[in-house]
Amino acid sequence: MTVSSDIPETESWFHRNQQRIAPWLFLAPGILFFAVYVIAPVFQSFNLSLYEWDGLGEKTYVGMRNYEDLYWEYVDRDAFFTSLKNNVLWLFLYLLAIPAGLFIALFLNQTVRGIRIYKSLFFFPFVISQVVVGLVFTWFYDPTFGLLNTMLAWVGLGPINVLGNENLVTYGIVAAGLWPQTAYCMILYLTGLNAVDPEQIEAGRLDGAKGWSMLWNIILPQLRPATFIAFVVTIIGALRSFDLISIMTQGGPFGSSRVLAYYMFEVALSEYGFRMGYGAAIAVVLFLIMLCFITYFLWSMYREEKGH
Amino acid sequence: MFPKPIEKQSQAAQVAYKSLLPVALAFWLAPLLAVALFSVKPDADFTSGNYWGLPSSFEGATNYGQVFFNSDMPRYLLNSFMITIPTVIGAVALSSMTGFALGIYKFRANLWIFFMFVAGNFVPFQILMVPVRDLTLELGLYNTKTGLVLFHVAFQTGFCTLFMRNFIRALPFELIEAARVEGVSEWRIFWYVVLPLMKPALAALSVLIFTFIWNDYFWAVVLTQGIESQPVTAGITSFNAQFRAAYHLMSAGSIVAALPPVAMFFLMQRHFIAGLTLGAVK
Repeated sequence: MTVSSDIPETESWFHRNQQRIAPWLFLAPGILFFAVYVIAPVFQSFNLSLYEWDGLGEKTYVGMRNYEDLYWEYVDRDAFFTSLKNNVLWLFLYLLAIPAGLFIALFLNQTVRGIRIYKSLFFFPFVISQVVVGLVFTWFYDPTFGLLNTMLAWVGLGPINVLGNENLVTYGIVAAGLWPQTAYCMILYLTGLNAVDPEQIEAGRLDGAKGWSMLWNIILPQLRPATFIAFVVTIIGALRSFDLISIMTQGGPFGSSRVLAYYMFEVALSEYGFRMGYGAAIAVVLFLIMLCFITYFLWSMYREEKGH
Repeated sequence: MFPKPIEKQSQAAQVAYKSLLPVALAFWLAPLLAVALFSVKPDADFTSGNYWGLPSSFEGATNYGQVFFNSDMPRYLLNSFMITIPTVIGAVALSSMTGFALGIYKFRANLWIFFMFVAGNFVPFQILMVPVRDLTLELGLYNTKTGLVLFHVAFQTGFCTLFMRNFIRALPFELIEAARVEGVSEWRIFWYVVLPLMKPALAALSVLIFTFIWNDYFWAVVLTQGIESQPVTAGITSFNAQFRAAYHLMSAGSIVAALPPVAMFFLMQRHFIAGLTLGAVK
């Protein structure tokens, strides 16, 4: 602060307005990066979805044709609606991670010796990359030696080829995805349970609340923040599902396990691909689905902010 | 505490609970235990159909030795580190500044900018894919680690800003007011007053971003393609192609690829969990 006295003119102007300018200086690098790599590309994709483009040559404006092609499935039979249907399936089945995570959290919320290690080990699947989870589950389902069929054989069932069966494949992949996601929800609930007010539990006990009614009326309302985050991350995770499908089936058999995220990649970048405009149109559809949830999340956060 | 502490229940319930714990854990981690078992088996066990029995000989050292000395795995691991660590530093640096700006100052656009970061953090990757790939190509950064790092830093800034801003909001504001009364400049308030208080948040974010970026697969596939720049998540598919049907080696490779974030988690557990709950659940 002694140095600044050498340049009184600029110093005083900056000083007077410091509190108005400072936030923008702090924000500038972050906003610049985010605008270039995240915000602008969203709009560019919207624009690109109106063109036909192979990624190298000239772009040709085709209006809404990419969307019409998607809707009527002129380009790939059954691809769009199968993907859409699978996305819906993912969304609903993935939400099972929330009750499953709560269940495990309740199971582990004790203070016996070594429970901390157990909690960490139960959380383990979430830390592993989805690529490895995908590989592990591919072997788990393997019809010749997989652990699943080995176990089924013990009870006289099987063998079933989960990933080779058009009707089972999506369920099989979702099950693999539920494994880490349940672990995530579990840790959210364990943290939440830690903060539950013991006095309210005692009061509930005195009123005769036990088991289910205690859980439903006293515990769950206090776990609301945890449930909200579990809901957000699970929805996002479900709509982002890509890694597992890419590793386990590459959309197969016969495209039956595609979701929009994978279909888009296949159209735009895989060996079938380089239809960038068409891919962008798929991405826009996926984005619009996500936008419904994003709007809801932001609205909830907005109410929270105003409440404070 | 809910459910009712097990110590307050009958002796039988306690014994049952304590014996159920390891069984439940074994079931929960069964797929992983299977891979761990595979990774120490000799090749011969797979040809003779001894998948699930005890290994006929313990070949852990040979298998992991193969992965480390006779494959491209070390190179991929190195790439992963060279992508992950700069990303962590970049994203944390940018977001401690944005988080500070949004957490401390009151100005009209504040909430809207905050929501922009949050919303951007939730968009599906596919809507960014083609433009980001183009941009990276134009910058001459396609198939380089730098290209991947730049994108990751930008994208993770969204999530990190959300976290940092909420954390800074919970700090005692009087500290900043007091510093302002003393005439301390805003930059010095950030550097000397707020940043030291943010250590737990910085730690939490660093571990979390490390895991996210290490485990990224989609962007690795979109923005890189060769051994000189691909991280281990993408590299493992070429590794598996090289050792097709050699389950003992593929298992060992998977375990090696998964290990760094696991180690990170066990070393920094408390920070990690604080980060995962987005600071909202205390």
